[in-house]
Amino acid sequence: MQSKPLTLTLLDALSIIVLGVATYLALFFAPTERVMGEVQRVFYFHIGTAWTALMGFILAAVFSVAYLATKNLKWDRYQVAAVEVSLVFFFLTIVLGSIWARPAWNTWWTWDPRLTTAAVTELIYIAYFMLRQGIDDPERRARFGAVYALIGGLSAPVTFFAIRLFRTIHPVVIGGANAEAQGGFAMTADMRVAFFFALFAFTIIFIDLYWNRIRLGDLQDKVEQLKLKVTM
Amino acid sequence: MNITESRSASQPAPGSFLKAVSAVVWKDLQAEFRSRELFSAMLVFSLLIILIFNFALELDIKTRQSVTSGVLWATFAFAGTLGLNRSMAIEKDRGCMDGLLLAPVDRSAIYFGKVISNLAFMLIVEIIVLPVYSVLYNINLFQPGLLLVILLGSIGYAAVGTLLSAMSVQTRTRDILLPILLFPVVIPVILSAVKASGGYLEGLPFEEILSPLSLLIAYDIIFTAVAFMVFDNVVEE
Repeated sequence: MQSKPLTLTLLDALSIIVLGVATYLALFFAPTERVMGEVQRVFYFHIGTAWTALMGFILAAVFSVAYLATKNLKWDRYQVAAVEVSLVFFFLTIVLGSIWARPAWNTWWTWDPRLTTAAVTELIYIAYFMLRQGIDDPERRARFGAVYALIGGLSAPVTFFAIRLFRTIHPVVIGGANAEAQGGFAMTADMRVAFFFALFAFTIIFIDLYWNRIRLGDLQDKVEQLKLKVTM
Repeated sequence: MNITESRSASQPAPGSFLKAVSAVVWKDLQAEFRSRELFSAMLVFSLLIILIFNFALELDIKTRQSVTSGVLWATFAFAGTLGLNRSMAIEKDRGCMDGLLLAPVDRSAIYFGKVISNLAFMLIVEIIVLPVYSVLYNINLFQPGLLLVILLGSIGYAAVGTLLSAMSVQTRTRDILLPILLFPVVIPVILSAVKASGGYLEGLPFEEILSPLSLLIAYDIIFTAVAFMVFDNVVEE
């Protein structure tokens, strides 16, 4: 039994600390937005979770290619971990976005490109896990998982682009402006501090969870091999 | 087994690839011509879906104009999964897939063969559904633009669907899994096909139909290429 690496334990502790600080910055330090009021504070975590989840999905697609090229099961474990953590983070993004949208857009949900793409992306990766669940052979599970993650990872941006042919009301706070967007605002310096710290914090938390998940995957693998040895 | 290996085994004589593809297509069409089970199931299922939509949406003259393209594509999508499932399940159940894989041809020939035969089944069903729908709802669906959209949409659907059905038949959940895998990734096809068909039915100028149409073409090219590249990994034993 390998023990938990010290760096990982330290990272665990650091994650808790940065989450605390990010919460403080978002809820108390950042000024209240003039038009939307307190609910705008959801924004910091909304972007933090969205950013890390998207990075995770992109990583998953990269691991797909890596697995299909090398057939090394290590990439498969990396991929599952990335998809699993990202799925949870992206779900948080959607929930936080809905909380914000209720007062800002006067509805929990609209069929805006980003929202629709987010929902479709969640469904793609839920389907990914359903596919994996139906396969017993680990090598085939990895192959099919990689193929589906690749197809899904390619299709999600196309979906976004397709729906973008319609209009959007989702605000773009960072870069680019959309005259039709509702609920956009300009960030003040203090808001920026809270914003960038939230990005940083969620990146750390993501890496920590991701690392833990990979370690779990490795251990699972070992247990499975030991079980095989016993039954042989 | 990788592409280069199988290729060296298959004597890359010019035209042999096309011969292999057409052999797979011919085999599927002939088997279907004898049993007609897949085709009749798809057709009856499509007509039932249209019937259900009739009650679900109260397809009166006014709503008909705006929802026809949506009803058509929902019908094609649902009937399509039925056909895709069946066409791969036959290969798997009777051990035909192993026979196909043993054949000294490039794996991608099998993929394209299956895509073309799946596409053929879809198109035949669509060709019958269109006049029936036209008669039932008094809308002329035989417009060259609309037929082009249906062809392009069906190509994208069959290209991804064939790949995913080859995966789903090898899992424990089988037929249940295919729509779950397929629908979220073909949303761009359905979306742009609905937009483009709706545009043609409403008689919009071509500039407004151009963007969904080009998206459809882009999707077809990208996903056929990717599916072709990864198909080896899906059928490998």
